[in-house]
Amino acid sequence: MKIEKPAQAGTLESNDIYVQILPNPKEEIEIRLKSVVMLQFGKQIRQVAMQTLNEKGITSCILNLEDKGALDYTIKARIESAVERSLC
Amino acid sequence: MKNALGRDVPGHPYLGLQPIERIEYKQIKSLKEDRKDKVHYDLESFIKTLPLEDKMTLSFHHHLRNGDFVMNQVMAEVAKSGVKNLTICASSIFPTHAPLVSLIEQKTITKIIASYISGPVADAISEGKLEDVCLLQTHGYRATSIMSDETSIDIAFIAAPACSPEGNITGSMGPSGCGVLGYAIADAWYAKRVVAVTDFLVDVLVPEIPACCVDDVVKVDRIGDPDGIVSGTTKITRDPVGLRIAKSTAELMKATGLLKNGFTFQTGAGGISLAVAKEIHALCLNENIKGKFASGGITSYLVKMLEDGVFEELYDVQCFELDAVESIKRNPNHHKMSAAKYADIHDPDNIVNQLDFVILGATEIDLDFNVNVTTGSDGRIMGGSGGHADTAYGAKFAIIVSKLVSSRISVVVDQVTTITTPGGTVDVLVTDRGIAIHPRHQALIDHLKATTNLPIVEIQTLYQRALALTGIPEKTQNLGRIVALSQYRDGTILDVIRQIDTAE
Amino acid sequence: MLRRSALFMPGNNPAMLLSAPILGSDCIIFDLEDSVSLNQKDSARLLVKHAIETLDFGSVEVVVRINPVSSQGWKQDLREIVPVYPDAIMIPKACKEDVEEIERFILEIEEEKQLTKKVKLMIIVETAYGIETIVETLRCSRRIECVLLGAEDLTTDLGIKRTKEGYEIDYARAKVAMAARAFSVQAMDTPFTDVEDTEGLVKDTLHAKSLGFSAKACIHPNQIDAIHAVFDPTQSEIDSAIEILEERDRALSSGLGVFSIHGKMIDLPVIQRAQNIVDLARKTGKLK
Repeated sequence: MKIEKPAQAGTLESNDIYVQILPNPKEEIEIRLKSVVMLQFGKQIRQVAMQTLNEKGITSCILNLEDKGALDYTIKARIESAVERSLC
Repeated sequence: MKNALGRDVPGHPYLGLQPIERIEYKQIKSLKEDRKDKVHYDLESFIKTLPLEDKMTLSFHHHLRNGDFVMNQVMAEVAKSGVKNLTICASSIFPTHAPLVSLIEQKTITKIIASYISGPVADAISEGKLEDVCLLQTHGYRATSIMSDETSIDIAFIAAPACSPEGNITGSMGPSGCGVLGYAIADAWYAKRVVAVTDFLVDVLVPEIPACCVDDVVKVDRIGDPDGIVSGTTKITRDPVGLRIAKSTAELMKATGLLKNGFTFQTGAGGISLAVAKEIHALCLNENIKGKFASGGITSYLVKMLEDGVFEELYDVQCFELDAVESIKRNPNHHKMSAAKYADIHDPDNIVNQLDFVILGATEIDLDFNVNVTTGSDGRIMGGSGGHADTAYGAKFAIIVSKLVSSRISVVVDQVTTITTPGGTVDVLVTDRGIAIHPRHQALIDHLKATTNLPIVEIQTLYQRALALTGIPEKTQNLGRIVALSQYRDGTILDVIRQIDTAE
Repeated sequence: MLRRSALFMPGNNPAMLLSAPILGSDCIIFDLEDSVSLNQKDSARLLVKHAIETLDFGSVEVVVRINPVSSQGWKQDLREIVPVYPDAIMIPKACKEDVEEIERFILEIEEEKQLTKKVKLMIIVETAYGIETIVETLRCSRRIECVLLGAEDLTTDLGIKRTKEGYEIDYARAKVAMAARAFSVQAMDTPFTDVEDTEGLVKDTLHAKSLGFSAKACIHPNQIDAIHAVFDPTQSEIDSAIEILEERDRALSSGLGVFSIHGKMIDLPVIQRAQNIVDLARKTGKLK
């Protein structure tokens, strides 16, 4: 499934993550990540993001993530939320 | 060489807690006369008269904190003389001292000795811009090393909130009054030349630094901004989690049995530490307990506790807030103390050795209870010991208070990035998700488990709890050049700090 | 289960959800209703769902307040939340008709997803209709464990002013406490809204306790300790309860049916009350 409509979820408060999902003309998944814990958890966050998109059946989108130290379940919830908002 | 904590360090490695040798301090340099012709009215032309040479050591104190104008003013003029390879021995360096970065880049300054560094200068050091290795000392050891001539100061520039024409200095008067000048005392007595920089020339009857120490008095327009003197972190936390931690800490302190008439106490100015003071305040009033003294950097809150009779005395090495500046002027039980009186390791009667409790923060604490307050977990310098290691050593109970996890970073780690305070001097860690007590206190652990509902666990358990929330952080090994050393209060080296990768 | 306090927490705030197990309240209510703005209901629902799934709440009871039947979203709330096994669902503006409809829908979810544990219900009565029909509501579902009086909405419904003294809700309090007792359901008191006024909170809680409430909801973590202090047995209550139970044991072993302490006859209700106090003291850790 391709993302056709931009949507966002989450906030820039500490322990949260701001998620923006956009159509990707290149028809692939591109994840752009900024994080306050990039050094320690950058890879892990990308992995959770990719896994969540896979579970939602997304094959094409640009996912902008601005992370303020969110735990994995928050990242998952926010991405799911953005995807659902985009699809509805 | 590997030190007692397993860190590979240059110089004298830390050997663990050793018996303290008494040393003879060098003779105080010759005393100056009470002349009135010490006063100069132009900093620029005065500095041109100084016999400045390459590789000299210049010292500064940080009582004006982030409101200090003196170090920037003086160093700008010194740089004009063209001298190179200077050592700056400053008790602390703050964001306001950003102009020093260009002096570091042009090699005017090539070495820094300080107890705490934050802001652009810290970044410059972390990024490898300082040619020599920076030395991060405890507040106590800074005084020790000056008095023992390990740090030999050529010229001390002392920001003087009020100064007489003869050179009698006090911190308690003037438009930039900062209360006390505890960190400048060793400099004043032991530097080869002492220059008071003041914006308030007045008769000083009760000097903290007497005229016999002072060679020159330079009058400038302003030495500081009083708004910057007040520390930004001296508010009691409103975070319910922090308040919870403070409550448990007070309960624990009570359960140790040491919280009784005559107890002694120190707390940092962090939000949770101050909340502990508030809990202790209420507890003491309720149960009619009267403490002997509180010490260290003094906040409004400790002043209030003194005034409410919770403590008989305050021993103040620096004022964190203007209320403390006011109090020290009028309250005879609010005493000024020097850094040496506070924490010099060779003085058995120093104040830290008399402490029952000290409440401290931590950026990281590891499974051996070693604490880091010097660098972030990315290895970037963002602080330093200050009195952390000194008070942890001296106090019967050194209690670290912290949230276990904030913004996905656990305070408990397997190994701290930088050792500021050895775990052998830390007694308790209080977090929102459990309390860990150093295993050498087994009797206390048993006592607390039997008599209280405090959630006492092993520090490994806290570590596991944190990891369950955050996941396992990636490890990055830093092989960069050594840019700074963490020096203990006995002069040995606890750890190295390496250059960080700024590619990202 | 020990339930003296229940703390409301906005469902869309990750930092707060994370602190839920450590603030000291016996019960946490993750709110999807009033504290979440309309355009964030979807996000809050997912966040709470994943939080419940992931976090270890220890002994803290986890409750989710869903949106009311009169609104959009309550079905979606249940679809997401029920399968992750919260301890209870809290139903706002409860009346018999709504509770029945919600329970039917929960049952559908539980059967469809083959859930192994039935979720409990807590209800909030906060309308005049809800108060006056509380008995029917309590009778209609065996899942109901607790009834919370919601005084803010109730006084709005009545068009009267809410005061700190709370005389205006005395009738509602008495009615809720009595009805709850009749169905062996816990009565939980309305939150005290001035979070700075601890003295007022204690007074309000004592009053509720005197009418038969054994818990109080709260809206700020700083209220928890004061509430517990009211509902926890005092040391003298514990001491005399222990004395009663010891005397009872002595009387039993010497074959006596009745006994007295300090000249007062001790009968069964008194013994039962003493047992309750000792149980509560054990649970709260005041008795080791």
